[in-house]
Amino acid sequence: MIVMDNVCKTYKVAKRNAGLKEACRHLFHRETEEIRALTDVSFQIADGEMVGYIGPNGAGKSSTIKILSGILTPDCGTCSVDGRIPWKNRIEHVKQIGVVFGQRSQLWWDIPVNDSFELIKEIYSIPAEQYKHTLDELTELLSLQEILKTPTRQLSLGQRMRCEISASLLHQPKLLFLDEPTIGLDAVSKLAVRDFIKKLNKEHSTTVLLTTHDMQDIEAIAERVILIGKGKVLMDGTLQDMKDLVRLTDDAQSKKNDAAQSRGNDAAQSCMDTDITGKENDNLDQIVAKLYQQLDIL
Amino acid sequence: MKKYISFFRVRFATGLQYRMAAVTALTTQFFWGLMECLIYKALMESNAVSLPMGYPAIVSYIWLKEAFYALFNTWATDNDLFGMIVDGGISYEFCRPVSVYGMWFARSLGSRVAEAALRCGPVLLCAIILPAPYRIGPPAGLTAFLFFLLTMFLSLMVTVSFCMVVYMLCFFTISPTGWRILFTGAVEFLSGSVIPLPFIPQPYNSIISFLPFASMLNVPLRTYSGDLAGNALIQAVFLQIFWFIVLYLFGYRLCHKAENRIVIQGG
Amino acid sequence: MKMGLKSNIRLYGMYISVILRSTMQYKLSFFLMVTGRFILAFNGFLAIFFLFSGFTRIGSYSFEEVLLCFSVIQMSFALAECIGSGMKVFTGIVRRGEFDRMLLRPRSPILQVLGTRFELGRLGPMITAGITLLIGIQKGQIVWTAVKIMVLFVMIAGGTLLFLSLFILGASFCFFSIEDGGLLNILTYGAKEHGKYPVDIYGKRFMQICTYLIPYTLIQYYPLQYLLGRTDRWVYGLYPFGTVVFAFLCYIVWLFGVKNYKSCGS
Repeated sequence: MIVMDNVCKTYKVAKRNAGLKEACRHLFHRETEEIRALTDVSFQIADGEMVGYIGPNGAGKSSTIKILSGILTPDCGTCSVDGRIPWKNRIEHVKQIGVVFGQRSQLWWDIPVNDSFELIKEIYSIPAEQYKHTLDELTELLSLQEILKTPTRQLSLGQRMRCEISASLLHQPKLLFLDEPTIGLDAVSKLAVRDFIKKLNKEHSTTVLLTTHDMQDIEAIAERVILIGKGKVLMDGTLQDMKDLVRLTDDAQSKKNDAAQSRGNDAAQSCMDTDITGKENDNLDQIVAKLYQQLDIL
Repeated sequence: MKKYISFFRVRFATGLQYRMAAVTALTTQFFWGLMECLIYKALMESNAVSLPMGYPAIVSYIWLKEAFYALFNTWATDNDLFGMIVDGGISYEFCRPVSVYGMWFARSLGSRVAEAALRCGPVLLCAIILPAPYRIGPPAGLTAFLFFLLTMFLSLMVTVSFCMVVYMLCFFTISPTGWRILFTGAVEFLSGSVIPLPFIPQPYNSIISFLPFASMLNVPLRTYSGDLAGNALIQAVFLQIFWFIVLYLFGYRLCHKAENRIVIQGG
Repeated sequence: MKMGLKSNIRLYGMYISVILRSTMQYKLSFFLMVTGRFILAFNGFLAIFFLFSGFTRIGSYSFEEVLLCFSVIQMSFALAECIGSGMKVFTGIVRRGEFDRMLLRPRSPILQVLGTRFELGRLGPMITAGITLLIGIQKGQIVWTAVKIMVLFVMIAGGTLLFLSLFILGASFCFFSIEDGGLLNILTYGAKEHGKYPVDIYGKRFMQICTYLIPYTLIQYYPLQYLLGRTDRWVYGLYPFGTVVFAFLCYIVWLFGVKNYKSCGS
């Protein structure tokens, strides 16, 4: 059970401009600006749920994941995961969660995957029997047999991602955070990853929180979608709810637009309008793009 | 020529950006210089024999070395270039419509001069306001000062063309970092940046002073205080010119070879 | 707690074995690295050697006595660099997001950072230190008793701990600003470079700095006085243990840094 309650977070970032003159000036003083990553985020996720967490770049997705996994302390608000406050007792907390970052590797580059797994076994102090059992299961589900003996640097991106996911699951976490797990993968690998996540959820009822820009991931996996923009939760419901939301606001807008149309509207805008209102089974990416625009969160 | 000037400028601007690094380097250099002065002072005071260089000459040698450290050290090589050699990005360099040797030469020169320009002022200022025995003295005379400027320029050329040879050699091996450490380890001592060369006793000294490494910081730093003057100085200048030409030609040839190799093997 | 220590040691052993296996894939590189670093360290010896070819002493110390001091500092520094290089490249670890991953694992972050690197190339300076130590012992006038040998080891161990603590302190700075703790390099490299001579030759003020600011005299000047038989105070031989206090202080700064990191993000 995950509970986030009015969580907010602000960063201070140093400004730095290019150019010789600026560089000289920078020697003597430095400006900072505040960036509000999360302004007010609240939601609850029950055990065994699979939730998609979406939003445009810089909306605060990573910050949320970091807070939930205990590596970032929020400025205000409360947050608890299975009754634990993530950043308070780090070691106890991280034993229970698994995190996959699609863009970063957690495997050791020069050694065979198997050896990386052995190291992770040691890091999490996984009992030998449990380790063997889990590894066998993961090997079968993700068909890792042939790649376990290969050094990580020689793996293709798809193979590596399957190994990354396994590495995060060796200690059998009850909760799995996936941060863009299908980024850069080919179609076959994407399908394999999605299938696996669904199976994992079904068999172990692992709670899954997934952030992604790939709407097909969401469609395939998530029963529920949380949309975040400019640090706020803007929508929380099913994928269908999201589609409805677009259509509703769309209808309202198109009435307004009818009047405006004569004064000459943005061509791309109207083109998109007809696209969405026209077909029932739209391209998901277009729906989301539309939604981001309507909510003005880009 | 304009192209090379712009490479120089870009390096100069990036060099300025690292504020903290600059402060760090300044403090380091000041501290290093002071410690070295103290060592030679202790050496002077605890022995009856006189030092092979006068103490004021040693002090000015040390401070000039620290002030212009960036110009002459063969240790801090251009890491971007090494990165390119390692990851193969270097092939792109050979695709540009300029001489690779010229471009890299300008680049190395640019980053060295930028760093030195930023750092020499404050270090020298510290060295001037220090109390008596550790204070850097004025140059030995106008001629000495003019020769100091000339030999400084020449030794910079020798240093950069030597580094170019190292870059090019690294291109032909699979472990550039290893070779670099090996080279710089040897050069550091032979160029007189560990101890001034006059401190090395005779049979070794006369051999070392003919090597290209002795044509680097050794010459200008000793010219300033008048420790190197007269015929010995003239000889040193010619030696510098000689080594610059040799190293330049050697580096240029190697660069050509590297280019051919890339064309033939496709990187 | 006991169980924890054992499993931490085993984990560190696994880290080292992984790193060694990776290193050995690039044998030539490794060999050049060892040789190069050997030469670099050997330069330090050559400097002392040549200086002493014209002179008999520096301060009140003879060639052999300086060599002893030089080798202790070299050895400690090489050992600390061998183990603690992860701390020296810590800025990169944070920037690449690897530190986030470390925080996601139920282990001490310090152990994990140290486990990222094990520089066997530092064998080079260790060899130098070994050679000079032998020369110093053979040529020197010291009567070696069991106690004195112990003191020598304690000096090296204390020195390693001191340098390691400084590396950790330097890494902690990168939690507070984007730049790394380059200023601390003055203290570490400076000590390696200039600590080859007993601190008292630099004068009284440096002695004070090297006692109260960074406790170098604890591993160098004081135990050395005992080794060279210049004092009867055997307590000086125990001074290197004082570095434990310094290490603890650095550890507190580190913990504080991690806390700050968690509230500021990267």
